[in-house]
Amino acid sequence: MKIPRSWLREHVPEDLALAELVALLGELGTPVESVREVGEGLDGVVVARVADIGAIKGADKIRVVQVDAGGDDLVQVVCGAWNFEVGDLVPLATVGTVLPGEFAIGRRKMKGVESHGMLCAPDELGLEGDHSGILVLPTGLEPGVPFAEAMGITRDVVLELEVNANRPDAMSVVGVARDLAARLGLPFSLPEAKVPDPVGERRPTIVNEASDVCGRFVGQVLGGVAVGPSPAWIASRLALAGMRPINNVVDASNYVMLELGIPNHTYDLARLPGGGLRVRHARDGEVLVTLDDVERRLTAEDVVIADGEDTPVGIAGVMGGASSEIGDDTTEVLLEAAWWKPIAIARTSKRLNLRSEASARFEKGTDWTMIDLAVRRFAQLLGAVPAGPAVDVGGQLPDRAPVRLRVDRVNDLLGTSLAREAIAAYLDPIGFAATPDGDDLAVALPPWRLDSATEIDVIEEVARMHGYHAIERTVPRSPNAGGLTPYQRDRRLVRQILAGEGLLESWTTTFLSGAQIERCHLDLGDTVTVTNPLVAGEDRLRPSLLPGLLASIAYNESHRQPGAALFEIGKTFRRPVAGMTLPDEREAVAVAVAGGDAGDAVTAWHGLVEGLFVADARLEAATAPGMHATRTARVVVDDVGIGFLGEVDPGVLAAAGISERVAWLELDLERLLSSNHGADQYRPISRYPSSDIDLAFEVDDAVPAGDVLRTLRRGSDLVVDAQLFDVYRGGQVAAGSRSLAYTVRLQADDRTLTDDEVAAARAALIAAVEGSHGAMLRG
Amino acid sequence: MDLLADANKQIADAETLAALSALETDLLGKRSAIARSKAALGELAPEERKHAGRELNETRAAIEAALRSRRAELEEIERSAQLEAERLDLTELRPRRTRGHLHLVTQATDDLVDTFVGLGFTVAEGPEVETDWYNFGALNFPPGHPARNMYDTLYVDLGEPESTLLRTHTSPVQVRIMEQQPPPIYAVMPGRCFRRDTTDANHLPNFHQIEGLVVDHGITFGDLAGTLDAFIKAFYGGDIQTRLRPSYFPFTEPSAEMDITCVFCRGAGCKTCGRTGWLELGGCGMVHPNVLTNVGIDPEVWSGFAFGFGIERMTLMRHGVDDIRELISNDVRFLRQF
Repeated sequence: MKIPRSWLREHVPEDLALAELVALLGELGTPVESVREVGEGLDGVVVARVADIGAIKGADKIRVVQVDAGGDDLVQVVCGAWNFEVGDLVPLATVGTVLPGEFAIGRRKMKGVESHGMLCAPDELGLEGDHSGILVLPTGLEPGVPFAEAMGITRDVVLELEVNANRPDAMSVVGVARDLAARLGLPFSLPEAKVPDPVGERRPTIVNEASDVCGRFVGQVLGGVAVGPSPAWIASRLALAGMRPINNVVDASNYVMLELGIPNHTYDLARLPGGGLRVRHARDGEVLVTLDDVERRLTAEDVVIADGEDTPVGIAGVMGGASSEIGDDTTEVLLEAAWWKPIAIARTSKRLNLRSEASARFEKGTDWTMIDLAVRRFAQLLGAVPAGPAVDVGGQLPDRAPVRLRVDRVNDLLGTSLAREAIAAYLDPIGFAATPDGDDLAVALPPWRLDSATEIDVIEEVARMHGYHAIERTVPRSPNAGGLTPYQRDRRLVRQILAGEGLLESWTTTFLSGAQIERCHLDLGDTVTVTNPLVAGEDRLRPSLLPGLLASIAYNESHRQPGAALFEIGKTFRRPVAGMTLPDEREAVAVAVAGGDAGDAVTAWHGLVEGLFVADARLEAATAPGMHATRTARVVVDDVGIGFLGEVDPGVLAAAGISERVAWLELDLERLLSSNHGADQYRPISRYPSSDIDLAFEVDDAVPAGDVLRTLRRGSDLVVDAQLFDVYRGGQVAAGSRSLAYTVRLQADDRTLTDDEVAAARAALIAAVEGSHGAMLRG
Repeated sequence: MDLLADANKQIADAETLAALSALETDLLGKRSAIARSKAALGELAPEERKHAGRELNETRAAIEAALRSRRAELEEIERSAQLEAERLDLTELRPRRTRGHLHLVTQATDDLVDTFVGLGFTVAEGPEVETDWYNFGALNFPPGHPARNMYDTLYVDLGEPESTLLRTHTSPVQVRIMEQQPPPIYAVMPGRCFRRDTTDANHLPNFHQIEGLVVDHGITFGDLAGTLDAFIKAFYGGDIQTRLRPSYFPFTEPSAEMDITCVFCRGAGCKTCGRTGWLELGGCGMVHPNVLTNVGIDPEVWSGFAFGFGIERMTLMRHGVDDIRELISNDVRFLRQF
């Protein structure tokens, strides 16, 4: 909402420093987004007529222009704009002018040609508009007249306010003025709008068949209208408020809307068959061409205004139709000012994706008691004479019973100690008339604040008028011990472990394209789809962190950063499991090491096993979508598969534009952290000597070395540690097998082991490995 | 005293520990001059024997001391030679493993969370895909309410059209936590949110928020202002001021927008803060009675406040990053900076 300060001052006689005004509007909940000072720096700018345009030798972007600026001689300027012709009127900043932004105009020479001033674009004059060309002025102005005088520009400040959904009143100049007056303790006034008595008895026929949506409909015929430009002061004010002046009828209508917050509509009575209006619900599929020349298809939920022959001429509260638009030949106007149910207008506007200044106000809620003044104000501004009395048709209006406001409740919620009288004094000036009701207050709800309906709404008004800054700050004491959940603590540990492995934490977007998912061989059919994606095609929620991290690796490779070693923790999504509404949403952890191999994935995994003290973990040879066919293992914890590690399928890498190998690990973090893990009870360290034995087995290639290791670790109570230390193929070892050499440490808690005990344990381990894995001890 | 002088000379001349050991045998062993002289003592008269014996012992002790001292010297020389042989230019060495880094957003989230944990808050999380009820309905956005237009919502293809969505804020977690546990509640809820925003220097379609919720007896608007002020001072520094301005959110009332002293110019006015000296940080307010009622908490008995801030925005402000897209570039040159 853009409000010229001069307009505001017509309703509240404020005289604040600009910075104070801006701060105060912010404190009132209508923060100032921008401040534009207009009319500054226009001294020295005059109207000039273009008399001649000539080329400059050796220049193809600038031309030499002679203008008549009202003096005896033409003025020569050099200009880089091409949007005007000989005879056009343009603004000339004469030598010595200081334009807005401290832009001083001096005598200059360009390509050897003297320039005695500058022709101005709108932005250079501090006006609405861009820098694409010189401002070409309306015809009929006298050259040499000061530009500001010719255009009716007086010094002003335009305040652009941000208006929240709960402030319908702030969608009008008087609403903002009322709020300011209340806070400043100044008088607030509405325009008087004296209008001559009607000269006739013309009463338009108005029928309201949609009284559920239309709460009030007022129509009045105005005669003696001559369509033409508005007076300069109206046109200038509208322009400052960001609305393009069109003609006196449309401008008066817009002026009333901006000033009083009452959108209204004007019909050319001559183009309105039947001469009357009928408000009714639309028929499903009914069609109307709106003022913006777009055909709109309606439903029974929408309300239309139809003419006397039942043809729709406007969508209620949103936009009028093209057929009865005011034209140059309009002489009689039918003015409509109505109240529409906010939710109905919001629905229609949203479904048609058609938002207008009117719908923005109606959907927040307008003040039906202001309609009478709006009708008079329109006639006054247009200088038109009513051809008959206003016809006023009723409908269902909101129930605005007074609200009981408990003084204790106000103070309990705000942390204040306001007396009842002080509260009433805050509320009265903004229309929430408060009268004593026992110890409390009965508060009337103003029709311009339809957002306010309950006690808490009124408490907010008290807080606003008291000032948020004036409420004493306190800090409550939590009776709880703060802290993270075990899962959250473990997740931090996972991050620290992976960072300790030299990995950089990344975060990738949740949105993927179907093609990205398919390139990784992931199941597109199991993904969740965004129905209204911002970027067409990027409509899938990631089922895995793989596509995102591969994209990051490719990005780094293309920026001469090969070898990116990344990890990520984030949510992945699959379609809901049976009986659920929401997706199967799981937090995953993934590691991707460009230029690495499966060993890097195993290293990262072992870092997690050791760092988290995972009790029962193993790897099983496996295949998985997107992963290397022969270098992949399933990660099994507590006998449940929680993910895969190894390398990414070279074909997938090629499709992602990655030239290096990529080690990959992706786990279901929730399952990992719900597994049996964590350092538990202290195990005493044996004070007796240990014995190390080395065992080498010939084992078929199909048997994982890890399985043999698990057998050794469980093969005797005396085993305290076992490690694989050598893998050997060829030589004496049969083809299809390899030699796996382990070192095993034996130790008892309570004694030194005898040679016999060591020998017995060794025999037991050999028997276990040979028996379980078809392995053979090597001599 | 020829014997001692001679021995001292030989000891001083010994160049290695091995030579010194051999010399020790020569000087003190069974066949040494000392040993022989000791054996010959018996041939002397008693008076003389006593005198010669003492002299002999003194000589022996002196030789032993000289040997010890020389051995210590030679050992020191040998150690020095060994160390010299091991001399290394440590700047030639490369680290065997480089340390990884946590993402800037993670670091900021942890800092924010830890600050609130210090104030006695627990930490809650919730799903990123939500039902309309948790994201809007329970938060006092009735169907068709214009305030829903404040959020550009992304919907997913589950259930009835527009019944499931990517949460537009972390506020649904408020509802879930109030459903799950009785007051008093002091909790923060960090997490990823989604809006149909075009990616530019200030916007990402997925971003992170931290939500806060307090529900207890007698919680006031003053408590909200005081808690946020304490938090901001802990996070940005004690010289940063906070202010609340009236605003609108359907799930809080009174609602407020929180501004803090511009962290770049410390309030003096600069380009980033539009010369106002203030930066807008996020929304907050007293939990709306309808929200409490929706989750079965009696608003006449309990009251509370809630707030929500964008983590990226706070992070960018803290580190002077001028383009939010850096946060998702995953460019290793960026990731290694923090």
